[in-house]
Amino acid sequence: MVSEKDVSYVADLAHLELTDEERARMLKDLNSILGYIDRLNQLDTSNVEPMAQVASAYGERKDEAGGFAFALRSDEPHPCLPREAALRNAPASDGTFFKVPKVIER
Amino acid sequence: MNLDLLTVDSARTAVLEKETTATALVDAFYKKIDAEDGAIGAYLTLSKDRAYRQAAYIDALADKGDDLPPLAGVPVAIKDVFTTQDVRTTAGSKILADFVAPYDATVVSRLEDAGAIILGKTNCDEFAMGSSNENSAFHPVHNPRDRSRVPGGSSGGSAAAIAAGTAVASLGSDTGGSIRQPAAFCGVVGLMPTYGPVSRYGLIAFASSLDHPGPFGKSVKDAALMLQAIAGRDPLDSTTADVPVPNYREQIGRPVTGMKVGVPQEYFEEGIDLEVSTAVQFGIEELRKAGAEIVPISLPHTPYAIPTYYVIATAEASSNLARYDGVRYGLRVGGKTLSEMYRRTRDAGFGAEVKRRIMLGTYVLSAGYYDAYYLKAQRVRSLLARDFDEAFAKVDVIVTPTAPTPAFKLGEKTDDPLAMYLADIFTVTADLAGIPGISIPCGKSKEGLPIGMQILGKHFDEATVLRVAHVAEHALATKL
Repeated sequence: MVSEKDVSYVADLAHLELTDEERARMLKDLNSILGYIDRLNQLDTSNVEPMAQVASAYGERKDEAGGFAFALRSDEPHPCLPREAALRNAPASDGTFFKVPKVIER
Repeated sequence: MNLDLLTVDSARTAVLEKETTATALVDAFYKKIDAEDGAIGAYLTLSKDRAYRQAAYIDALADKGDDLPPLAGVPVAIKDVFTTQDVRTTAGSKILADFVAPYDATVVSRLEDAGAIILGKTNCDEFAMGSSNENSAFHPVHNPRDRSRVPGGSSGGSAAAIAAGTAVASLGSDTGGSIRQPAAFCGVVGLMPTYGPVSRYGLIAFASSLDHPGPFGKSVKDAALMLQAIAGRDPLDSTTADVPVPNYREQIGRPVTGMKVGVPQEYFEEGIDLEVSTAVQFGIEELRKAGAEIVPISLPHTPYAIPTYYVIATAEASSNLARYDGVRYGLRVGGKTLSEMYRRTRDAGFGAEVKRRIMLGTYVLSAGYYDAYYLKAQRVRSLLARDFDEAFAKVDVIVTPTAPTPAFKLGEKTDDPLAMYLADIFTVTADLAGIPGISIPCGKSKEGLPIGMQILGKHFDEATVLRVAHVAEHALATKL
């Protein structure tokens, strides 16, 4: 069971504040969904490999090092997004950098 | 010209043979959108400058008498989770309400390279999280077949635009059913390709190991022609597979004689609406009459698909959505400290379902729960993929209902997240396994609501999926 303390802890990890109302709702929803997810424990998976990527299903496409051959590309420089374009959506910038509230206290 | 009847080929032919111009087509579609989309809500943003510029380019080609590219003059709509350069891209979220993308998603630039005209960006559930389109931060979408009902989700706008005739074809993304389920609800064709042939570069990430871009169309052929334009290795997405792209058009019209069609008993048992089950059985019978052999199969781990999905998808989402921090783009709500700014920004920018999934995903990845939830779900994902491997050793395709019910009413499931999640019960497994699937219209309920039939295939075997889908579509069209 997820507790109120767990909700606070996880919200903190996720950089969410959440109102008291949202926290109460979250407690109820998380417990309901996790209760449903618990049915996975009906299955014995002790001898089953985890599947992180669909690509792991294409076994024969592995390269010599065991990685996936198609994930590799030639190591050549390409033009990247110009600074001006990259900064265009910034909520705050000085034209060269993104600006954020002060991080280091003196 | 009746816009509702336009197809990919007929739009291109009309421009090629000078029955109309691309510019006149764009005019006509915008006029129709202005008149009719207010009641549907399929579009979030119209990309008029871009559309008219592309139309002028196509008209110039036609004037020169050149042969036109395969999608020349075809008006298309793009789900608002794909970035479009200089056009607002919101992902259906307040946190990106004013975001103007600095580059195009690969699928977007490929469609334009093939001559398609991008009319605008379509409404969707916020960050593609939802099964009804009601999680859009802007406004819901109404199902054009019955406006009191949802269009399905998360690509609800892209499906509704096809059903309403406000685009000829469109793009969506499918993470747990988000192309196929709205296609079923709106009575159109929606194709989720294999995880691999279609680039995710520029697709705003929800769950990276599950996100599949794919097309909608009025017909199987239109979906095939759209796939042809977007498929193929992309150096900008290392998960795209380096495999040859077959000629999908050649599959249209080929017979299914002797093909083996698997029917999983598990998909006709729990929680399925009787009318849906009857309609899909009818569709299967049409395939048998067309010469296919029907083979009963079993996908025994099906009841574990939804819980597996909601662990993996939310875990990946919690990680992907960490980037919305108010620093580089999107909404910022100020705070005294960096941490306060993050929290205020995310609290104000994300909707309830997105917060719920970030919380769930963060929880299942957190210390002490990682093995019990995340690793466990990845192991069950292997079992679900293995079910398909074993089935496809015996059959060429698998046919099932797309969704357990026809379109439900707006508001009907918004208070119960778990009930909403179950709308994807027949679609999530294919996302987890990474196999291709299509939904085609397969009759209607007594109330006149569309029912969808799903055809699943082997990895990289879109060709067979399209071939079987076209035979079924053709047989059903003469019967219903």
